[in-house]
Amino acid sequence: MSQVLPQQPKKRSGMTEESLLSRLMRVVLLVLFDAGAVWFIQNALSKGFDQLAIIIGVIAVMFNIIFLLPQAYPLRWMAVGLGFLILFTIYPIIFTVYVAFTNYGDGHLLTKEQAIPLIEKQVYLPEGGRSYSWTAYRNEAGEYALWLISPEGETFLAKPGEEILPAKPGDPGVGEADSKGIPVSLEGYQRLNTLLAATDKNLPNIKFGLEGDQIIQIRNPNEAAELQIRFKYDEATDTVVDQSNGEIYYNVNGTFTSRSGKTISPGFRTVVGLKNFREFLTSPALRGPLVQIISWNFIFPTVSVVSTFALGLAIAIMFNDPQFPFKKLIRSLLIIPYTIPGLISIIIWRGLLNSEFGIINKMLNAVIGTAPRWTTEPFWAQVAILLVNLWLGYPYMMLISSGALQSIPSDIYEAAVIDGATPWQRFRHITLPLLLIAVGPLLIASYVFNFNNFNLIYLFIAGGPPIPGAATQAGYTDILISYVYKLAFESGGRGVQYGLASAISIVVFIIVGAITLFQYRFTNMWEEVSENV
Amino acid sequence: MSNLAQTFGALRSSQKFQKRFSVAVRLVIAVFLIAFSIFPVLWIVSASFDPSQSLATQTSLIPRNASLQNYQRLFGKDPNYKFGDLVFQKWIRNSVKVSGISTILSLTITTMAAYAFSRMRFKGRVAMLKGILLIQVFPNLLALVAIYVLIFQFGEIIPALGLNTHAGLIMVYLGGSMGMNIWLMKGFLDTIPRDIDESGMVDGASHFQIFWHLILPLLRPILVVIGILSFIGTYGDFILARILLNDVNQYTLMVGLQIFTAGQFDQKWGVFAAGALIGALPIMIIYLLLQDQIVGGLTQGAVKG
Repeated sequence: MSQVLPQQPKKRSGMTEESLLSRLMRVVLLVLFDAGAVWFIQNALSKGFDQLAIIIGVIAVMFNIIFLLPQAYPLRWMAVGLGFLILFTIYPIIFTVYVAFTNYGDGHLLTKEQAIPLIEKQVYLPEGGRSYSWTAYRNEAGEYALWLISPEGETFLAKPGEEILPAKPGDPGVGEADSKGIPVSLEGYQRLNTLLAATDKNLPNIKFGLEGDQIIQIRNPNEAAELQIRFKYDEATDTVVDQSNGEIYYNVNGTFTSRSGKTISPGFRTVVGLKNFREFLTSPALRGPLVQIISWNFIFPTVSVVSTFALGLAIAIMFNDPQFPFKKLIRSLLIIPYTIPGLISIIIWRGLLNSEFGIINKMLNAVIGTAPRWTTEPFWAQVAILLVNLWLGYPYMMLISSGALQSIPSDIYEAAVIDGATPWQRFRHITLPLLLIAVGPLLIASYVFNFNNFNLIYLFIAGGPPIPGAATQAGYTDILISYVYKLAFESGGRGVQYGLASAISIVVFIIVGAITLFQYRFTNMWEEVSENV
Repeated sequence: MSNLAQTFGALRSSQKFQKRFSVAVRLVIAVFLIAFSIFPVLWIVSASFDPSQSLATQTSLIPRNASLQNYQRLFGKDPNYKFGDLVFQKWIRNSVKVSGISTILSLTITTMAAYAFSRMRFKGRVAMLKGILLIQVFPNLLALVAIYVLIFQFGEIIPALGLNTHAGLIMVYLGGSMGMNIWLMKGFLDTIPRDIDESGMVDGASHFQIFWHLILPLLRPILVVIGILSFIGTYGDFILARILLNDVNQYTLMVGLQIFTAGQFDQKWGVFAAGALIGALPIMIIYLLLQDQIVGGLTQGAVKG
């Protein structure tokens, strides 16, 4: 006791006291980090990435607290990990929830602040107003130039993409004037005669002048006119007014829409409430494939878990005998499917099950004279997926079952034999219940994994064969997650729909979360935590 | 008395016979199961040596005119075989680089965090442990859109961390590293007696010194298992790499193979077979050599991802 006591204070001081050098280094590193964070946030804000700026700010504040407060010392050990966790796991979750309530997607990719300047840039050719008479010139490369004369008699030279400047015949690069005061030629350009100019198909579409400065376009063979800004945004009423005809466009779910139903492109990102969820549940275009996808999304993991577990358990029981010959070799050969990267296995199976050339169909044709078309018939495509997943999944089940089998005490079996229990009774009433307690949580985890087994579904035949008449591309073997992927990243006829894809993600998350929480309850993982406190 | 002994003897011999019979039956079943298990592998080995390289023409398990032609094509050594999107060596290098770096970094993050969770007591410790587990319920597959946008925005500010960079992909992998592995590692750390720490503290060692000199050497076995599982997991990942990388020279092996096989697959069967074998073989060997340790890690709750 007397030996321990004096050391007590020393031990404590060893934990909190750090050398001046290390303290200095900590502060210097923190200052450097803060400088970087401030620079990053400024950049993010200037590009309009407000959410990113906020989350980086949150992480930076967290880092400062952790590395300055002595009480937060334990958190220094996990600060970097927490930073990555917040940035790449938690933030995307929050972002996904947010996007689910917005119309983010094709036509609505920009923020309102980005979209309005683009809308206000749009111009139109006014019917009346100030106009010029024009003469066109063309060079060898097919580029055009215009000679403009205003009603007051001022003359200008206009080229696409260049500022329109006053010019006089005889200026450098400008030829001498003809009888009407129009230069006969421009340097490098040839004048087009009136007929040629009037019938030129390109000319009326060309915008002469510098964008943002002054743009002139040809209105008819006699007139060219300055284009005018078409839309003006009114912040007070949140409307856009069409200057050409006075029509008012109202903000309807991120698209400025007029009473008559006309819309202005681009639209912008905006919160649309439950629209995506409503569309997910009620849209007739989605409902057909969705019923099919959801029911298959439950059938597929259920059948997969039951079939892989049944086969894995059967193998484990069969070779559970420690004296069984070649036990190790048999196990090594049987876990081979588990050792191959999943993507490679799935593509191999795609080749083996190819309807026309695959070896399996060649063999079936040779032996029984007929073979299913695995990739084009919905039923057989589903069977093929389940078959491939049986091959992929049974070794895992075999490994966990044989581990669990060894933990069942053998005296229970001896007692059962004495009581005259048949092998089946022993399995049904001893092995299975005890085993399920041990591997139950892993079965649930496997169910959740297969519920979102994107790789298998997508890599095998990309969810096909397609469901006819589906509004979005959906196939008979699609599950929700592969459907989400297609909505978000493989724009079909309807374009990418991040909002709808995120809404479906949330639904999947709720299903998966419920199953997993049930699993945690079931496995008393929580209690394990509390025990170790 | 002798009658009874005879009956017992007969019973015993018949039991012995029964046992032998059952072993024989099980061996036969084993042969069928093994055939099911390795048939695709044998077939792909055969295809990789079959110079005809088309799915349609491969008709027997033993290839006619076996040659290394598919391997030569794979590595760009066959001047007659041109396929624009095949840069196999680069894919392998990319895969090893990305998986290697993310494994080492995620091991560092995980081990240090687990050490703090195991050895220190602080406010919010249990809540954080539970939280880490809960967050894993949300598969990052579901947040693909958000991750894509996030990396895109990163790239707009720091191009070296944006889309189509390995650094961006590695960052995303690291974001997912604070998960189940912390629990595995903490569980292992909890089994290391605290006397070891205390002996260090008596000598005035700091937490970091104790961690570095005393604890870390003891963690080597679990570090190897978690490291290998995480390397294999990252090596086999497809979807994150698929959406974040868009240049053929940046692809990882899995993305490269998937895109290579996307069109006219039946015509590329032989070359794919060679690539699949080279891609899968190292992983298979690691698994088979370390199967006991890996099975140990599995039964503690790690699920192949």
